Amino acid sequence: MQADWIWGLVGGVLIGLGGAVYLLGNGRIMGASGIIGGLIDGSGRDTARERLVFLAGVVIMPLILWPIYNVDIDTHMTDQWWAIIAAGLLVGVGTRIANGCTSGHGVCGISRFSLRGMVATVFYILAGGLMLTLFRHVWGLI
Amino acid sequence: MQRTILSLIAGLLFGGGLFISGMTDTTKVQGWLDVFGNWDPTLAFVMGGAIIPMFFAWRLTEGRKPLVGGEFPKPPAPEVDRRLVVGSVMFGMGWGLVGLCPGPAIASLTYNGIHGVGFLIAMLAGMAFAPTVRTRLDRMAEAA
Repeated sequence: MQADWIWGLVGGVLIGLGGAVYLLGNGRIMGASGIIGGLIDGSGRDTARERLVFLAGVVIMPLILWPIYNVDIDTHMTDQWWAIIAAGLLVGVGTRIANGCTSGHGVCGISRFSLRGMVATVFYILAGGLMLTLFRHVWGLI
Repeated sequence: MQRTILSLIAGLLFGGGLFISGMTDTTKVQGWLDVFGNWDPTLAFVMGGAIIPMFFAWRLTEGRKPLVGGEFPKPPAPEVDRRLVVGSVMFGMGWGLVGLCPGPAIASLTYNGIHGVGFLIAMLAGMAFAPTVRTRLDRMAEAA
């Protein structure tokens, strides 16, 4: 538990370095929802290869680190299908309408002092906190 | 080719960072949002840690061009519109409900079981449906 924030900080720096490579190298903003979404709705057809390669990297690296990283990983993912489907749909639609998620608006937006990035981050954290409080503490559903 | 290699490096760093930081653990993400329960500040360290290299990266874009050529993305108009707010609220609702956002949903694909795959499929469906919702939203804005 005490080491959690250190791992958080180290992992965070790696995420930021990834964003820096994507920006300084390819001249693009590293936003997960934009990279995935562009493949889904066809808006990123011209850059499909770099999007797919990026996503492959995201999937592969945890597998490489798994044997080295000496901590048991449990995602503690809920098994309630109503919540999984509702949340997936909300995250998919929401991030595409807002044009960004935690990586695009949060990491890449805040670091350039973007008003949109900061406003988006405030709203998704408030909405997330409210949702969790209602469903966990008020209604006891999750 | 250079673009592809740089994308792979960025993806590896992003996936590794999400894994190491614990952001694919839904308890940690929901813990950050759970101010009335067992609050977990880890996510703030992840965000803070990620913002540091990105801050310097943005500084380095000034007066330069991307390695592969082209232009850096211009700052968007500092306009807070309906799409941004409605979309972010929807995203936050889903994020709070299960503790997954798009990056970690991809990073945990191989070890998050059938429920992780289910979330990802629902998320992709949501993304496919987003242009329709966006049009509806804009029409509502015009009518208002």
